[in-house]
Amino acid sequence: MRDGSLTPPVAGGGPFGANPSFVDLLAAARPDAVPRSSQPNPDELRLPHGTTVVGLKFADGVVFAGDRRATEGYAIADDKMEKVFAADDLSAIAIAGAAGQAAEIVKLFQLELEHYEKITGDRLSLEGKANRLAQMIRGNFPLALQGLVVVPLFGGFDERKQEGRIFYYDATGGRWEEEDFHATGSGGRPAKSSLKKRWRPGLDRSEALRVAVEALVDASQEDAATGGPDPARGIYPTVVIVSGGGAETAGVDEIGAAYQQIVGTGQTGSEPGGAA
Amino acid sequence: MPYVPPEQLMKDRSDFAHKGIARGKSVVGLEYADGILFIAENPSATLHKISEIYDRIAFAGVGKYSEFEDLRISGVRLADVRGYSYDREDVRAKDLANAYSQALSTIFTQQMKPYEVEILVGEVADDGGRNEIYHLLFDGTVTDEHGFVAIGGHAEELTNAVKAAFQEGWDLTTAVRECVKALGSAEGREIAPGSVEAGVLDRTRSARRKFRRLGEDEVAAILGG
Repeated sequence: MRDGSLTPPVAGGGPFGANPSFVDLLAAARPDAVPRSSQPNPDELRLPHGTTVVGLKFADGVVFAGDRRATEGYAIADDKMEKVFAADDLSAIAIAGAAGQAAEIVKLFQLELEHYEKITGDRLSLEGKANRLAQMIRGNFPLALQGLVVVPLFGGFDERKQEGRIFYYDATGGRWEEEDFHATGSGGRPAKSSLKKRWRPGLDRSEALRVAVEALVDASQEDAATGGPDPARGIYPTVVIVSGGGAETAGVDEIGAAYQQIVGTGQTGSEPGGAA
Repeated sequence: MPYVPPEQLMKDRSDFAHKGIARGKSVVGLEYADGILFIAENPSATLHKISEIYDRIAFAGVGKYSEFEDLRISGVRLADVRGYSYDREDVRAKDLANAYSQALSTIFTQQMKPYEVEILVGEVADDGGRNEIYHLLFDGTVTDEHGFVAIGGHAEELTNAVKAAFQEGWDLTTAVRECVKALGSAEGREIAPGSVEAGVLDRTRSARRKFRRLGEDEVAAILGG
Protein backbone atom coordinates (compact mmCIF):
# COMPACT_ATOMS: atom_id res chain seq x y z
CA MET A 1 0.00 0.00 0.00
CA ARG A 2 1.43 3.34 -0.99
CA ASP A 3 1.71 6.29 1.36
CA GLY A 4 -1.49 8.17 1.92
CA SER A 5 -3.34 6.01 -0.57
CA LEU A 6 -6.51 6.23 1.52
CA THR A 7 -6.78 9.99 1.66
CA PRO A 8 -7.64 11.18 -1.81
CA PRO A 9 -7.27 14.81 -2.76
CA VAL A 10 -9.80 17.04 -1.55
CA ALA A 11 -12.49 19.49 -1.02
CA GLY A 12 -11.27 23.05 -0.89
CA GLY A 13 -7.58 22.13 -0.76
CA GLY A 14 -7.14 20.34 2.59
CA PRO A 15 -7.04 16.61 3.27
CA PHE A 16 -10.42 14.92 2.99
CA GLY A 17 -11.33 12.19 5.44
CA ALA A 18 -9.17 10.49 8.05
CA ASN A 19 -6.97 7.70 6.72
CA PRO A 20 -7.89 4.61 8.76
CA SER A 21 -4.96 2.53 7.50
CA PHE A 22 -2.34 1.53 10.08
CA VAL A 23 0.04 0.36 7.36
CA ASP A 24 -0.02 3.83 5.80
CA LEU A 25 0.47 5.45 9.17
CA LEU A 26 3.43 3.21 9.91
CA ALA A 27 4.95 3.85 6.49
CA ALA A 28 4.74 7.59 7.12
CA ALA A 29 5.79 7.63 10.78
CA ARG A 30 8.39 4.84 10.85
CA PRO A 31 9.23 3.70 7.30
CA ASP A 32 12.01 1.42 8.62
CA ALA A 33 9.48 -0.68 10.54
CA VAL A 34 7.55 -1.72 7.44
CA PRO A 35 8.51 -5.24 6.33
CA ARG A 36 10.31 -5.15 3.00
CA SER A 37 10.89 -7.76 0.37
CA SER A 38 13.77 -8.07 -2.05
CA GLN A 39 13.29 -8.50 -5.79
CA PRO A 40 12.07 -12.05 -6.43
CA ASN A 41 13.61 -14.25 -9.08
CA PRO A 42 10.72 -15.04 -11.45
CA ASP A 43 12.15 -18.48 -12.28
CA GLU A 44 11.76 -19.52 -8.69
CA LEU A 45 8.42 -17.83 -8.36
CA ARG A 46 5.57 -20.25 -8.92
CA LEU A 47 2.36 -18.35 -9.30
CA PRO A 48 -1.02 -19.48 -10.52
CA HIS A 49 -1.69 -18.90 -14.20
CA GLY A 50 -5.14 -18.64 -15.69
CA THR A 51 -5.46 -20.37 -19.02
CA THR A 52 -8.00 -20.16 -21.84
CA VAL A 53 -10.61 -17.48 -22.55
CA VAL A 54 -12.70 -16.86 -25.66
CA GLY A 55 -14.90 -14.03 -26.91
CA LEU A 56 -17.26 -13.97 -29.86
CA LYS A 57 -19.92 -11.77 -31.41
CA PHE A 58 -23.54 -12.79 -31.79
CA ALA A 59 -26.66 -11.11 -33.09
CA ASP A 60 -27.33 -8.96 -29.99
CA GLY A 61 -23.83 -8.40 -28.64
CA VAL A 62 -20.91 -10.49 -27.42
CA VAL A 63 -20.36 -13.70 -25.47
CA PHE A 64 -17.24 -14.17 -23.35
CA ALA A 65 -16.28 -17.48 -21.80
CA GLY A 66 -13.36 -18.93 -19.88
CA ASP A 67 -12.36 -22.29 -18.45
CA ARG A 68 -11.97 -22.58 -14.69
CA ARG A 69 -8.44 -23.89 -14.34
CA ALA A 70 -5.33 -22.19 -12.97
CA THR A 71 -1.96 -23.90 -13.10
CA GLU A 72 1.31 -23.54 -11.21
CA GLY A 73 3.94 -25.08 -13.44
CA TYR A 74 2.72 -28.62 -14.06
CA ALA A 75 0.36 -28.63 -11.08
CA ILE A 76 -3.28 -27.58 -11.07
CA ALA A 77 -3.56 -24.69 -8.65
CA ASP A 78 -7.29 -24.16 -8.81
CA ASP A 79 -10.13 -25.79 -10.70
CA LYS A 80 -12.81 -23.22 -9.92
CA MET A 81 -11.16 -19.94 -10.82
CA GLU A 82 -13.22 -17.21 -12.47
CA LYS A 83 -11.53 -15.42 -15.36
CA VAL A 84 -14.47 -13.76 -17.06
CA PHE A 85 -16.20 -10.78 -15.52
CA ALA A 86 -18.74 -8.11 -16.35
CA ALA A 87 -16.69 -4.88 -16.43
CA ASP A 88 -19.82 -2.75 -16.15
CA ASP A 89 -23.42 -2.92 -17.41
CA LEU A 90 -22.40 -3.01 -21.06
CA SER A 91 -19.00 -4.66 -21.25
CA ALA A 92 -17.07 -7.74 -20.19
CA ILE A 93 -13.44 -8.61 -19.62
CA ALA A 94 -11.76 -12.01 -19.76
CA ILE A 95 -8.17 -12.49 -18.65
CA ALA A 96 -5.49 -15.10 -19.22
CA GLY A 97 -2.10 -14.96 -17.53
CA ALA A 98 -0.74 -14.45 -14.02
CA ALA A 99 -3.90 -14.95 -11.97
CA GLY A 100 -3.20 -12.63 -9.04
CA GLN A 101 -2.11 -9.80 -11.28
CA ALA A 102 -5.06 -10.41 -13.60
CA ALA A 103 -7.62 -10.35 -10.80
CA GLU A 104 -6.22 -7.06 -9.55
CA ILE A 105 -6.31 -5.49 -13.01
CA VAL A 106 -9.93 -6.57 -13.44
CA LYS A 107 -10.92 -5.13 -10.06
CA LEU A 108 -9.13 -1.89 -10.87
CA PHE A 109 -10.65 -1.71 -14.35
CA GLN A 110 -14.19 -2.25 -13.02
CA LEU A 111 -13.68 0.57 -10.53
CA GLU A 112 -12.13 2.75 -13.21
CA LEU A 113 -15.35 2.54 -15.23
CA GLU A 114 -17.64 3.00 -12.23
CA HIS A 115 -15.62 5.95 -10.92
CA TYR A 116 -15.66 7.68 -14.30
CA GLU A 117 -19.40 7.19 -14.50
CA LYS A 118 -20.01 8.64 -11.03
CA ILE A 119 -17.66 11.61 -11.37
CA THR A 120 -18.77 12.73 -14.83
CA GLY A 121 -22.33 11.41 -14.81
CA ASP A 122 -21.79 9.68 -18.17
CA ARG A 123 -20.68 6.21 -19.18
CA LEU A 124 -17.42 5.92 -21.12
CA SER A 125 -17.77 4.97 -24.77
CA LEU A 126 -16.80 1.36 -25.54
CA GLU A 127 -13.78 2.64 -27.46
CA GLY A 128 -12.83 4.76 -24.43
CA LYS A 129 -13.00 1.75 -22.15
CA ALA A 130 -10.88 -0.32 -24.55
CA ASN A 131 -8.22 2.41 -24.69
CA ARG A 132 -8.16 2.81 -20.94
CA LEU A 133 -7.60 -0.93 -20.54
CA ALA A 134 -4.71 -0.77 -23.02
CA GLN A 135 -3.05 1.90 -20.86
CA MET A 136 -3.48 -0.25 -17.76
CA ILE A 137 -1.94 -3.29 -19.46
CA ARG A 138 0.95 -1.11 -20.65
CA GLY A 139 1.44 -0.07 -17.01
CA ASN A 140 1.89 -3.74 -16.16
CA PHE A 141 4.66 -4.16 -18.76
CA PRO A 142 7.59 -4.10 -16.28
CA LEU A 143 5.95 -7.00 -14.44
CA ALA A 144 5.24 -8.76 -17.73
CA LEU A 145 9.00 -8.74 -18.40
CA GLN A 146 9.42 -10.64 -15.13
CA GLY A 147 6.99 -13.28 -16.32
CA LEU A 148 3.79 -11.86 -14.86
CA VAL A 149 2.12 -11.50 -18.23
CA VAL A 150 -1.53 -10.48 -18.29
CA VAL A 151 -3.43 -10.71 -21.56
CA PRO A 152 -7.04 -9.60 -21.56
CA LEU A 153 -9.86 -9.90 -23.99
CA PHE A 154 -12.35 -7.07 -23.81
CA GLY A 155 -15.67 -6.37 -25.47
CA GLY A 156 -19.17 -5.21 -25.04
CA PHE A 157 -22.10 -3.46 -26.56
CA ASP A 158 -21.33 -0.21 -28.36
CA GLU A 159 -24.25 2.14 -27.68
CA ARG A 160 -23.33 4.46 -30.54
CA LYS A 161 -22.95 1.75 -33.19
CA GLN A 162 -25.64 -0.44 -31.61
CA GLU A 163 -23.59 -3.61 -31.98
CA GLY A 164 -21.21 -5.90 -30.12
CA ARG A 165 -17.44 -5.30 -30.45
CA ILE A 166 -14.39 -7.26 -29.33
CA PHE A 167 -10.84 -6.08 -28.60
CA TYR A 168 -7.75 -8.14 -27.89
CA TYR A 169 -4.43 -7.10 -26.39
CA ASP A 170 -0.82 -8.18 -26.07
CA ALA A 171 1.40 -7.88 -23.00
CA THR A 172 2.74 -4.48 -24.09
CA GLY A 173 -0.71 -2.92 -24.12
CA GLY A 174 -1.11 -3.22 -27.89
CA ARG A 175 -4.79 -3.14 -28.75
CA TRP A 176 -6.59 -4.49 -31.80
CA GLU A 177 -10.19 -4.83 -32.72
CA GLU A 178 -11.42 -8.29 -33.71
CA GLU A 179 -14.16 -8.69 -36.30
CA ASP A 180 -15.74 -12.00 -35.30
CA PHE A 181 -14.17 -13.93 -32.44
CA HIS A 182 -10.92 -14.33 -30.56
CA ALA A 183 -9.32 -16.68 -28.05
CA THR A 184 -6.26 -16.21 -25.88
CA GLY A 185 -4.26 -18.09 -23.25
CA SER A 186 -2.49 -21.45 -23.39
CA GLY A 187 -5.45 -23.17 -25.08
CA GLY A 188 -6.14 -20.20 -27.32
CA ARG A 189 -4.97 -21.92 -30.49
CA PRO A 190 -7.24 -25.00 -30.37
CA ALA A 191 -10.09 -22.81 -29.10
CA LYS A 192 -9.66 -20.54 -32.10
CA SER A 193 -9.64 -23.47 -34.53
CA SER A 194 -12.89 -24.62 -33.00
CA LEU A 195 -14.43 -21.15 -33.26
CA LYS A 196 -13.31 -20.91 -36.86
CA LYS A 197 -15.40 -23.98 -37.74
CA ARG A 198 -18.43 -23.28 -35.59
CA TRP A 199 -18.85 -19.52 -35.60
CA ARG A 200 -20.96 -17.73 -38.19
CA PRO A 201 -22.40 -14.22 -38.31
CA GLY A 202 -25.74 -13.63 -36.61
CA LEU A 203 -25.70 -16.50 -34.10
CA ASP A 204 -28.51 -16.28 -31.56
CA ARG A 205 -27.86 -16.25 -27.83
CA SER A 206 -28.06 -19.98 -27.15
CA GLU A 207 -26.09 -20.89 -30.28
CA ALA A 208 -23.38 -18.42 -29.31
CA LEU A 209 -23.20 -19.88 -25.82
CA ARG A 210 -22.87 -23.39 -27.23
CA VAL A 211 -20.14 -22.34 -29.67
CA ALA A 212 -18.20 -20.68 -26.85
CA VAL A 213 -18.46 -23.71 -24.56
CA GLU A 214 -17.53 -26.06 -27.37
CA ALA A 215 -14.39 -24.02 -28.10
CA LEU A 216 -13.36 -24.41 -24.47
CA VAL A 217 -14.10 -28.13 -24.50
CA ASP A 218 -11.95 -28.50 -27.61
CA ALA A 219 -9.17 -26.48 -25.98
CA SER A 220 -9.31 -28.68 -22.88
CA GLN A 221 -8.72 -31.74 -25.04
CA GLU A 222 -5.67 -30.25 -26.71
CA ASP A 223 -4.12 -28.27 -23.88
CA ALA A 224 -3.17 -29.74 -20.50
CA ALA A 225 -3.54 -26.41 -18.76
CA THR A 226 -7.16 -25.85 -19.83
CA GLY A 227 -9.80 -27.44 -17.64
CA GLY A 228 -12.82 -29.03 -19.32
CA PRO A 229 -16.34 -29.02 -17.88
CA ASP A 230 -16.71 -31.53 -15.03
CA PRO A 231 -20.41 -32.36 -14.52
CA ALA A 232 -19.62 -34.71 -11.63
CA ARG A 233 -18.22 -31.84 -9.58
CA GLY A 234 -20.52 -29.22 -11.09
CA ILE A 235 -17.66 -27.28 -12.67
CA TYR A 236 -18.54 -25.49 -15.88
CA PRO A 237 -16.94 -22.62 -17.78
CA THR A 238 -17.85 -19.07 -16.81
CA VAL A 239 -19.92 -17.36 -19.49
CA VAL A 240 -20.80 -13.66 -19.56
CA ILE A 241 -23.25 -12.41 -22.17
CA VAL A 242 -23.45 -8.71 -23.02
CA SER A 243 -26.21 -7.16 -25.09
CA GLY A 244 -27.93 -3.76 -25.24
CA GLY A 245 -30.01 -4.84 -22.24
CA GLY A 246 -26.99 -5.35 -19.98
CA ALA A 247 -24.36 -7.88 -18.95
CA GLU A 248 -25.40 -11.17 -17.41
CA THR A 249 -23.59 -14.26 -16.21
CA ALA A 250 -25.11 -17.40 -17.70
CA GLY A 251 -26.46 -19.88 -15.16
CA VAL A 252 -24.93 -23.31 -14.55
CA ASP A 253 -28.11 -25.00 -15.84
CA GLU A 254 -27.88 -23.25 -19.17
CA ILE A 255 -24.18 -24.00 -19.59
CA GLY A 256 -24.66 -27.59 -18.44
CA ALA A 257 -27.42 -28.07 -21.00
CA ALA A 258 -25.22 -26.64 -23.75
CA TYR A 259 -22.43 -29.00 -22.72
CA GLN A 260 -24.76 -32.01 -22.81
CA GLN A 261 -25.80 -31.02 -26.31
CA ILE A 262 -22.17 -30.80 -27.40
CA VAL A 263 -21.28 -34.17 -25.92
CA GLY A 264 -24.58 -35.73 -26.91
CA THR A 265 -24.20 -34.96 -30.58
CA GLY A 266 -20.78 -36.54 -30.49
CA GLN A 267 -19.15 -33.51 -32.06
CA THR A 268 -16.28 -33.45 -29.62
CA GLY A 269 -15.61 -37.13 -29.15
CA SER A 270 -14.24 -38.34 -25.84
CA GLU A 271 -15.11 -37.42 -22.27
CA PRO A 272 -13.24 -34.27 -21.29
CA GLY A 273 -12.39 -33.07 -17.81
CA GLY A 274 -11.44 -36.50 -16.48
CA ALA A 275 -7.77 -36.91 -17.20
CA ALA A 276 -5.58 -33.85 -17.56
CA MET B 1 -5.04 44.38 10.05
CA PRO B 2 -7.64 45.78 12.43
CA TYR B 3 -8.68 43.51 15.27
CA VAL B 4 -11.98 41.72 14.75
CA PRO B 5 -13.29 39.70 17.68
CA PRO B 6 -13.71 36.00 16.82
CA GLU B 7 -17.43 36.12 17.70
CA GLN B 8 -17.95 38.83 15.10
CA LEU B 9 -15.83 37.02 12.53
CA MET B 10 -17.80 33.77 12.89
CA LYS B 11 -21.10 35.62 12.85
CA ASP B 12 -20.21 37.49 9.66
CA ARG B 13 -19.18 34.30 7.91
CA SER B 14 -22.24 32.49 9.12
CA ASP B 15 -24.55 35.29 7.92
CA PHE B 16 -22.79 35.31 4.57
CA ALA B 17 -23.26 31.54 4.11
CA HIS B 18 -26.90 31.68 5.26
CA LYS B 19 -27.65 34.40 2.72
CA GLY B 20 -26.08 32.41 -0.08
CA ILE B 21 -28.08 29.29 0.76
CA ALA B 22 -31.34 31.21 1.22
CA ARG B 23 -31.18 32.41 -2.40
CA GLY B 24 -31.16 28.83 -3.73
CA LYS B 25 -33.61 25.97 -4.14
CA SER B 26 -34.40 23.26 -1.61
CA VAL B 27 -34.05 19.48 -1.30
CA VAL B 28 -36.06 17.00 0.73
CA GLY B 29 -34.62 13.71 1.97
CA LEU B 30 -37.27 11.29 3.13
CA GLU B 31 -37.52 7.66 4.26
CA TYR B 32 -40.18 5.70 2.37
CA ALA B 33 -41.18 2.04 2.41
CA ASP B 34 -38.29 0.76 0.23
CA GLY B 35 -35.52 3.15 1.21
CA ILE B 36 -34.68 6.83 0.96
CA LEU B 37 -36.05 9.39 -1.51
CA PHE B 38 -34.25 12.62 -2.37
CA ILE B 39 -36.28 15.16 -4.28
CA ALA B 40 -35.79 18.76 -5.38
CA GLU B 41 -36.94 21.37 -7.80
CA ASN B 42 -34.20 21.71 -10.40
CA PRO B 43 -34.76 23.39 -13.77
CA SER B 44 -31.58 21.78 -15.14
CA ALA B 45 -31.75 18.17 -16.28
CA THR B 46 -27.97 17.74 -16.29
CA LEU B 47 -26.58 19.78 -13.37
CA HIS B 48 -27.71 17.52 -10.58
CA LYS B 49 -28.36 18.28 -6.93
CA ILE B 50 -28.86 14.60 -6.16
CA SER B 51 -26.34 11.89 -7.02
CA GLU B 52 -24.88 8.51 -6.29
CA ILE B 53 -21.82 8.20 -4.07
CA TYR B 54 -21.55 4.46 -3.58
CA ASP B 55 -23.54 1.22 -3.51
CA ARG B 56 -25.91 2.25 -0.72
CA ILE B 57 -24.98 5.90 -0.34
CA ALA B 58 -26.33 9.00 -2.04
CA PHE B 59 -25.66 12.72 -1.83
CA ALA B 60 -27.81 15.81 -2.12
CA GLY B 61 -26.61 19.41 -2.04
CA VAL B 62 -28.09 22.89 -2.08
CA GLY B 63 -26.50 26.31 -2.38
CA LYS B 64 -23.62 27.07 -4.69
CA TYR B 65 -23.32 24.39 -7.38
CA SER B 66 -19.55 24.55 -7.81
CA GLU B 67 -19.05 24.09 -4.08
CA PHE B 68 -21.36 21.16 -3.43
CA GLU B 69 -20.12 19.55 -6.65
CA ASP B 70 -16.60 19.78 -5.21
CA LEU B 71 -17.85 18.03 -2.06
CA ARG B 72 -19.67 15.38 -4.08
CA ILE B 73 -16.54 14.53 -6.06
CA SER B 74 -14.45 14.34 -2.90
CA GLY B 75 -17.04 11.95 -1.48
CA VAL B 76 -17.00 9.67 -4.52
CA ARG B 77 -13.20 9.63 -4.41
CA LEU B 78 -13.06 8.79 -0.74
CA ALA B 79 -15.69 6.06 -1.08
CA ASP B 80 -14.08 4.43 -4.12
CA VAL B 81 -10.59 4.46 -2.60
CA ARG B 82 -11.93 3.08 0.67
CA GLY B 83 -13.91 0.34 -1.07
CA TYR B 84 -10.93 -0.67 -3.20
CA SER B 85 -8.50 -0.70 -0.27
CA TYR B 86 -10.76 -2.67 2.06
CA ASP B 87 -14.09 -3.98 0.88
CA ARG B 88 -17.25 -2.50 -0.60
CA GLU B 89 -19.19 -3.09 2.60
CA ASP B 90 -16.66 -1.04 4.58
CA VAL B 91 -17.79 2.17 2.88
CA ARG B 92 -20.20 3.82 5.29
CA ALA B 93 -22.15 7.06 5.27
CA LYS B 94 -21.02 7.81 8.80
CA ASP B 95 -17.35 8.01 7.71
CA LEU B 96 -18.30 10.23 4.80
CA ALA B 97 -20.31 12.51 7.08
CA ASN B 98 -17.29 12.82 9.35
CA ALA B 99 -15.01 13.62 6.42
CA TYR B 100 -17.46 16.26 5.16
CA SER B 101 -17.80 17.69 8.62
CA GLN B 102 -14.02 18.05 9.00
CA ALA B 103 -13.58 19.53 5.53
CA LEU B 104 -16.43 22.03 5.91
CA SER B 105 -15.30 23.10 9.33
CA THR B 106 -11.75 23.70 8.06
CA ILE B 107 -13.06 25.66 5.09
CA PHE B 108 -15.37 27.69 7.32
CA THR B 109 -12.60 28.82 9.66
CA GLN B 110 -9.56 28.96 7.40
CA GLN B 111 -10.57 29.97 3.92
CA MET B 112 -11.36 33.39 2.51
CA LYS B 113 -15.05 32.62 2.48
CA PRO B 114 -17.10 29.71 3.78
CA TYR B 115 -18.86 27.33 1.39
CA GLU B 116 -22.47 28.44 0.79
CA VAL B 117 -23.84 24.91 0.91
CA GLU B 118 -25.85 22.45 2.89
CA ILE B 119 -25.68 18.74 2.11
CA LEU B 120 -27.35 15.44 2.92
CA VAL B 121 -25.66 12.05 2.94
CA GLY B 122 -28.02 9.06 3.03
CA GLU B 123 -27.34 5.36 3.40
CA VAL B 124 -30.07 2.77 2.90
CA ALA B 125 -30.07 -0.23 5.22
CA ASP B 126 -30.94 -3.84 4.44
CA ASP B 127 -34.38 -5.10 5.32
CA GLY B 128 -35.08 -4.42 8.96
CA GLY B 129 -31.99 -2.24 9.39
CA ARG B 130 -32.01 1.45 10.16
CA ASN B 131 -31.45 3.95 7.35
CA GLU B 132 -29.02 6.77 8.00
CA ILE B 133 -29.42 10.37 6.87
CA TYR B 134 -26.80 12.94 7.83
CA HIS B 135 -27.39 16.65 7.46
CA LEU B 136 -24.30 18.87 7.18
CA LEU B 137 -24.17 22.63 7.47
CA PHE B 138 -21.66 25.02 5.91
CA ASP B 139 -19.67 25.20 9.17
CA GLY B 140 -19.30 21.43 9.54
CA THR B 141 -22.16 20.94 11.98
CA VAL B 142 -23.51 17.46 11.45
CA THR B 143 -26.85 16.05 12.59
CA ASP B 144 -28.35 12.61 12.30
CA GLU B 145 -31.90 12.78 10.88
CA HIS B 146 -34.80 10.36 10.91
CA GLY B 147 -38.01 10.30 8.91
CA PHE B 148 -37.43 13.33 6.73
CA VAL B 149 -35.29 16.45 6.43
CA ALA B 150 -35.49 19.57 4.31
CA ILE B 151 -32.53 21.79 3.40
CA GLY B 152 -31.96 24.90 1.31
CA GLY B 153 -33.67 28.18 0.56
CA HIS B 154 -37.08 27.50 2.04
CA ALA B 155 -36.04 24.81 4.52
CA GLU B 156 -38.32 26.02 7.29
CA GLU B 157 -41.53 26.30 5.26
CA LEU B 158 -40.67 23.04 3.56
CA THR B 159 -40.10 21.23 6.85
CA ASN B 160 -43.48 22.41 8.11
CA ALA B 161 -45.21 21.38 4.90
CA VAL B 162 -43.68 17.89 4.92
CA LYS B 163 -44.27 17.48 8.65
CA ALA B 164 -47.98 18.19 8.22
CA ALA B 165 -48.39 15.28 5.81
CA PHE B 166 -45.59 12.84 6.67
CA GLN B 167 -46.39 9.27 7.61
CA GLU B 168 -43.93 6.43 7.95
CA GLY B 169 -43.97 3.72 5.30
CA TRP B 170 -45.25 5.74 2.34
CA ASP B 171 -44.85 3.98 -0.98
CA LEU B 172 -42.76 5.76 -3.65
CA THR B 173 -45.76 7.22 -5.48
CA THR B 174 -47.21 8.80 -2.34
CA ALA B 175 -43.81 10.02 -1.19
CA VAL B 176 -43.07 11.74 -4.53
CA ARG B 177 -46.53 13.31 -4.75
CA GLU B 178 -46.49 14.62 -1.17
CA CYS B 179 -42.96 15.98 -1.50
CA VAL B 180 -43.72 17.82 -4.73
CA LYS B 181 -46.84 19.25 -3.09
CA ALA B 182 -44.72 20.40 -0.13
CA LEU B 183 -42.03 21.89 -2.43
CA GLY B 184 -44.80 23.80 -4.20
CA SER B 185 -46.39 25.15 -1.04
CA ALA B 186 -43.00 26.24 0.34
CA GLU B 187 -42.25 28.15 -2.87
CA GLY B 188 -45.82 29.44 -3.08
CA ARG B 189 -46.34 28.15 -6.62
CA GLU B 190 -46.93 24.96 -8.61
CA ILE B 191 -43.84 22.86 -9.46
CA ALA B 192 -43.79 21.64 -13.07
CA PRO B 193 -43.17 17.87 -13.32
CA GLY B 194 -40.40 18.56 -15.84
CA SER B 195 -38.36 20.45 -13.27
CA VAL B 196 -38.52 17.84 -10.53
CA GLU B 197 -35.24 16.04 -9.86
CA ALA B 198 -35.58 12.86 -7.85
CA GLY B 199 -33.37 9.91 -6.92
CA VAL B 200 -33.88 6.96 -4.64
CA LEU B 201 -31.76 4.52 -2.69
CA ASP B 202 -33.99 1.51 -3.21
CA ARG B 203 -33.11 -1.51 -1.08
CA THR B 204 -35.31 -3.77 -3.22
CA ARG B 205 -33.04 -3.33 -6.25
CA SER B 206 -31.20 -6.56 -6.99
CA ALA B 207 -28.15 -4.70 -8.31
CA ARG B 208 -25.23 -3.93 -6.02
CA ARG B 209 -25.77 -0.23 -6.68
CA LYS B 210 -29.01 0.79 -4.99
CA PHE B 211 -29.16 4.35 -6.31
CA ARG B 212 -31.56 5.09 -9.11
CA ARG B 213 -32.50 8.38 -10.73
CA LEU B 214 -36.20 8.80 -11.45
CA GLY B 215 -36.56 9.75 -15.11
CA GLU B 216 -38.65 12.68 -16.28
CA ASP B 217 -41.28 10.32 -17.70
CA GLU B 218 -41.48 8.36 -14.48
CA VAL B 219 -41.95 11.50 -12.38
CA ALA B 220 -44.57 12.81 -14.81
CA ALA B 221 -46.42 9.48 -14.64
CA ILE B 222 -46.41 9.50 -10.84
CA LEU B 223 -47.60 13.09 -10.63
CA GLY B 224 -50.13 12.71 -13.43
CA GLY B 225 -51.66 9.40 -12.31
